[in-house]
Amino acid sequence: MDTSKVVLEVNDLGINFGGLRAVDSLDMVIHENELYGLIGPNGAGKTTVFNMLTGVYPPTDGTIKLEGQVINGKTPHEIAKLGIARTFQNIRLFKNMTVKENVLLSLGAHADYNFFTGIFKLPKFHAQELAMEDEAMRLLDVFELRDDSEKLAKNLPYGKQRELEIVRALGVHPKLLLLDEPAAGMNPQETENLMRTIDVVRKQFGISILLIEHDMKLVMGICEKITVLNYGAMLACGTPEEIQNNPHVISAYLGE
Amino acid sequence: MSGVVMFFMQIINGLNIGSIYALIALGYTMVYGIAKLINFAHGDIIMVGAYLSLVLLNTGMHWSLATILSILGCALLGFTMEKVAYKPLRKASRISLLITAIGMSYLLQNSFQIIFSANPKPYPAFIHLPALKIGSITISSNYYTTFIVSVFLMIVLNLYIKKTKMGKAMRSVAEDEGAARLMGINVDQTISLTFIIGTGLAAVAGILYSNCYTIISPTMGSLPGIKAFIAAVLGGIGSIPGAVLGGFILGMVETLVKAYISSQLADTIVFLILIVMLVFKPAGILGKNVKEKV
Repeated sequence: MDTSKVVLEVNDLGINFGGLRAVDSLDMVIHENELYGLIGPNGAGKTTVFNMLTGVYPPTDGTIKLEGQVINGKTPHEIAKLGIARTFQNIRLFKNMTVKENVLLSLGAHADYNFFTGIFKLPKFHAQELAMEDEAMRLLDVFELRDDSEKLAKNLPYGKQRELEIVRALGVHPKLLLLDEPAAGMNPQETENLMRTIDVVRKQFGISILLIEHDMKLVMGICEKITVLNYGAMLACGTPEEIQNNPHVISAYLGE
Repeated sequence: MSGVVMFFMQIINGLNIGSIYALIALGYTMVYGIAKLINFAHGDIIMVGAYLSLVLLNTGMHWSLATILSILGCALLGFTMEKVAYKPLRKASRISLLITAIGMSYLLQNSFQIIFSANPKPYPAFIHLPALKIGSITISSNYYTTFIVSVFLMIVLNLYIKKTKMGKAMRSVAEDEGAARLMGINVDQTISLTFIIGTGLAAVAGILYSNCYTIISPTMGSLPGIKAFIAAVLGGIGSIPGAVLGGFILGMVETLVKAYISSQLADTIVFLILIVMLVFKPAGILGKNVKEKV
């Protein structure tokens, strides 16, 4: 696995919020097509790491490289275009837009027709618009959401809203997909289905996935590599077996 | 004139002024929806549009070219206004933005007073089409042109926002700016575009308004601007169909009050509507009730 291409390389990443060191000297390497887990107790800084990777918070120190290119300092929309997409812990769909429009929106951020071709409905606009509709429907098929494509996002059941968030993120054409607790609020059956689909998505689209989860068991089942955070610092990093047997991890999760 | 004919004439008057209010209210509501800013200088864009077209028409320019250039001029002003005055304050409190917007309004009014003097100027109306006769009702070309142009622009705007990718980007920024950014939407560009479209529409409103009233002054934008703002609140600020509905309701109420109750009371009643609306249904007719997050 280590011989394959590196997609994301994080070196000595840290951020301060006032006097609080929220994340401290984090190192992480994610390879092409890898499914990587980021776990840790509540408040360990997992979501903060996501916010730094996507440009929402500028890191105080360290570097983030996407396929060798340094991306810290870039704005969120630039980073999205370079190929990092994400979902949210609390669902943040565009609730008053239809399911299809949610996907078209992220697909559209990459289409290269502009204001004027859009206004004057030039042929290029039509061709691209059709291609985008087509792609949106194919993406929706991955999660069997095609039949719901004209519904408003807010009218979807909870589990489907979570899935739609993943589809919308795929519309960004990511090289790296960040999933922030995708199984939160799901029952065990739904969670199992979701995990299977995540694996399918990774293989079908050839992307790398970084997954935040609370549930150790779940992450252990599908991730190839795991980093454990505790109080903003890296506690351990390795394969699921290594993590499971790491005494530091066990004490952080279960207490001394 | 019989009572029925008189009533229809008033309805037509109401549609005329209502469509102008609606055009202006669209700019208010779009900017509010996306930048969460009440742009009080928006009404003054009508005035800027009117003066620009006056100056261009006086050079002997054809009205079509003069109109296009005035719209572009106002759009450029809207774009600049956002970049210079509002963008640096985007992270500041809402009240700072509101005060800046009021300041911007006075800046525009006063600079036009310096350039063109405070005296009203005659406007060379250029809409000279045959009047429309339906039975004993005669509708002058200004009236039906204003109505047709406004409705046409509202339909185009609606399609633009519903169908195009920039329109979708606008709606996504209005709903959740942060999430839109993370999906690759350039929020700055989207806000600029909103200002450009809003001020462009206000310029059209200004030119149509001047064609009806044929007298323009540096403060001509303030009262229609405030009324359009009321229209936007009435319909539900942030809602595009709401702005159109609010504009027509307000125009109609104002005209009917002028005709049947008292022309002096017209503005009082319009402002009373705002107060009543804010007390009983602050979200407006088509607005959503926003639940306070706990």
